[in-house]
Amino acid sequence: MLVALFAWRTAFAEGPQATPSIFAPASTPATSIYQLSLFVLSITGAIFVVVAGLLAYAIFRFRQRGDDDTSEPAQIYGSVQVELAWTVIPVLIVVVLFLTTARMIFAIQDAPKPKSALDVTVVGHQFWWEFNYPKLGIHAVNELHVPLSNPQTPTPTYLTLLSADVIHSFWVPQLSGKQDLLPNKVNELWIDPQHPGIYVGQCAQFCGVQHAKMLLRVYVDTPEDFAAWVKNQQQQAVSDQSVAAGRRIFETQACMNCHTVSGTAATGRFGPDLTHLMSRDTLASGATTNTPEHLREWIRNPDTYKPGALMPAMQLNDQQLDQLTAYLSTLR
Amino acid sequence: MADSTYPIPGSLEAPPRRWSQAAILEWLNSWVITVDHKKLGILYMVYSIFFLLVGGAEAMAIRIQLVQPNMHFISPQVFNRLFTMHGTTMVFLVGMTYIFGFANYLIPLMIGARDMAFPRLNAFSFWMTFFGGLLLYYSFIGGGGLYGAGNAPDTMWWAYAPLTERAFSPGHAPDYWALSLIVTGFGTIGASVNVIATALCMRCKGMTLMRLPLFVWLNVVTSGLALITITPLTAAQVMLLIDRYFGGHFFDTQAGGSALIWAHFFWIFGHPEVYVLVLPAFAIANEVIPVFSRKAIFGYPAMVAASVAIAFVSLGVWAHHMFTIGMTSVGNAFFVLSTELVGIPTGIKIFNWLATMWGGKLRFATPMLFCTAFVVQFLLAGLTGIMLSAAPWNWQLHSSYFVIAHFHYVLVGAIVFCIFGGIYYWYPKVTGRMLSEKLGKWHFWLFVIGFHVTFDVMHIPGLLGMPRSIYTYEANRGWGTLNLIVSIGGLIQAIAVLIFAWNLIASYFKGKEAGNDPWDAWTLEWSTPSPPPVYNFATDPVVTSRRPLWDLKHPDDPDWHYE
Repeated sequence: MLVALFAWRTAFAEGPQATPSIFAPASTPATSIYQLSLFVLSITGAIFVVVAGLLAYAIFRFRQRGDDDTSEPAQIYGSVQVELAWTVIPVLIVVVLFLTTARMIFAIQDAPKPKSALDVTVVGHQFWWEFNYPKLGIHAVNELHVPLSNPQTPTPTYLTLLSADVIHSFWVPQLSGKQDLLPNKVNELWIDPQHPGIYVGQCAQFCGVQHAKMLLRVYVDTPEDFAAWVKNQQQQAVSDQSVAAGRRIFETQACMNCHTVSGTAATGRFGPDLTHLMSRDTLASGATTNTPEHLREWIRNPDTYKPGALMPAMQLNDQQLDQLTAYLSTLR
Repeated sequence: MADSTYPIPGSLEAPPRRWSQAAILEWLNSWVITVDHKKLGILYMVYSIFFLLVGGAEAMAIRIQLVQPNMHFISPQVFNRLFTMHGTTMVFLVGMTYIFGFANYLIPLMIGARDMAFPRLNAFSFWMTFFGGLLLYYSFIGGGGLYGAGNAPDTMWWAYAPLTERAFSPGHAPDYWALSLIVTGFGTIGASVNVIATALCMRCKGMTLMRLPLFVWLNVVTSGLALITITPLTAAQVMLLIDRYFGGHFFDTQAGGSALIWAHFFWIFGHPEVYVLVLPAFAIANEVIPVFSRKAIFGYPAMVAASVAIAFVSLGVWAHHMFTIGMTSVGNAFFVLSTELVGIPTGIKIFNWLATMWGGKLRFATPMLFCTAFVVQFLLAGLTGIMLSAAPWNWQLHSSYFVIAHFHYVLVGAIVFCIFGGIYYWYPKVTGRMLSEKLGKWHFWLFVIGFHVTFDVMHIPGLLGMPRSIYTYEANRGWGTLNLIVSIGGLIQAIAVLIFAWNLIASYFKGKEAGNDPWDAWTLEWSTPSPPPVYNFATDPVVTSRRPLWDLKHPDDPDWHYE
């Protein structure tokens, strides 16, 4: 119980936190769960106080004092009334807990989807996230942008969860509970974040070597910011003649087998879409920040940041690395 | 009457043994060829404790890696192997073998039999389990195979498909995992059949089912549950091997297989498995708590009924491991209800232990210390279990460190504590010598402090969003200090376990002579010499109540007046 109280301190903060506590909810499903958790905590806490109190009393009161006393205490073999009492009371508690929990399950899981909802298809990959916005024609990666939803005009985001390979799990604790992404199965999850900012989370189902660095960032944007982001993402890739050498490397090496840059010959789907690479704050699913130096090192040897990542080291020389980094740095 | 040697203490003086090479070989050989239930019980226990130390060492490596964010103590590949091997070892090689260690040694003695029903099956079962464990650990050497990828299994102990399929796990590591679980599974099935047959057919005169010691009852229930649940596990392993070797598509999602089916197969084994492991721990507590409270167990029929009820209900709760996998709302609600129902018979057990202690004369020798701590910790583990059963909250807590803290509360706080309590209690019977009480107290207090430092604190990072099975974590998440504390607690526990290991060895040579009945206990095993002779009982005992030795010691007020 102390454990929970300790974590509860974080509940007084609003908006996104560096520590993604489940006691600092910022979206309806997370808030409902938070309320349920307080209810369950108070019941289990009361049970603990009563039973542990009785036990502590028994230990103190009935411990043997002095070794010389060898007489045996009165032998009591049982009592039907007492057994019935401590069967019936737990039954009642279970009924209350079950009904409360069931109501919450239906409220969250079967919530009707409003017309204003944004659809995003999330595809889990070893070890990164693909976010497709089917109605907006956007293919984003690792950093999910969603609009702020205010209670008067709710614009929740409905996530359709799929997997390209093994089982993953989408978990941003401040926004909602987690939901798994399975191959050959469609799962759903919804959020309606009510404070703007960046919410962190990560993959919560072991999915291979770099499960730990399959981090999640959810950007909750004000309507204006979100519109600006959408507008940028819908552009074709920037085409800059000054970095043609880098682009040639990208298109003649194996890069294009796995990566897409819209408007070019590169249409690979195995790795992240790089059309707007530099619009993202992080690289390698959050393993490091997105700066040209980190980008160069990531291309030179992905194992520096993410040992076991599926992107191979391409064995490029220094000049090629510089040119390629220069090209990728223009993809805003 | 019990064995004719009772109540004369000690056994026949054996001539001093001379250690020559031939004598050592003969001694070793006697352990290999034995079909004696007591020797096999000891083998099971030695095996279980050995792997407890191995699995513990793996846990320590994991804790060192997590002591601070972005540590480089071990690589992610090694980390993933270690937590997979830690889980598999602790569940299958420690948990599943301590059961049969205690059951084999004690059931015939408690029911007044001379051996198990099928002594050769008993030996066969042990050696299957033994070689299954070796096979698992051989993967460290042989798992690389032709493809060089991975050596020991690194897919978590539940090995969710399709991560175990050839496309994602080339090499042979998952094959070792699957084969070793099939082989140890055969051992478990053999041993379970044996336990049930022995308890039903080998009871001495007067030992009706309602006079069976609760220890035996719970082991019968455990074995029945193991028989039911090992089957789907074995079936799933066979399907996995068919997928990997013969191009089957059971779990091969890229060819239309189902990842979901594996999860169902695994957890329909995996959840009852928790009860397979914990019921024998209850069995130990059911013997220790009455003896050290100096009272008969409170509500014997209720305890039997609750155990059977737990076994039945536990067969219908498996999908509470899958609340986040995408079941319908009705499906989720069903498993919330079934899971919370388990809390009722479990609560009855806790209340009965409490009532047994109530009004007694509690003697806090080491076995009782461990079993008292067990009751408190199991209560807490049950309450965090209730929290996890509330499906929406589970969507947050699932796969987080909160869950790890919860099930270590069960597996360590309940089961390992009872194993230690049981060893302190029966070691004198097995070896004829007492374990040192002084070291025992050190062991207990260090272990209980280390346990709470580790596992109480471990709940918090889960509530703060830390998922399980990650080899490192981001520095700005605020999980660093908590993980440091958890690791320090782990170290304290490790020291306690080393003291215990030393106690086991030192007391064997220097411990106080135990005599037949050092605890003034009531079940039949304490009427035999310590250690018991090969034939256990010179004449078949006859019992008239649940506590035959109580009747002997209190002829004026025997139990059968009240039962």
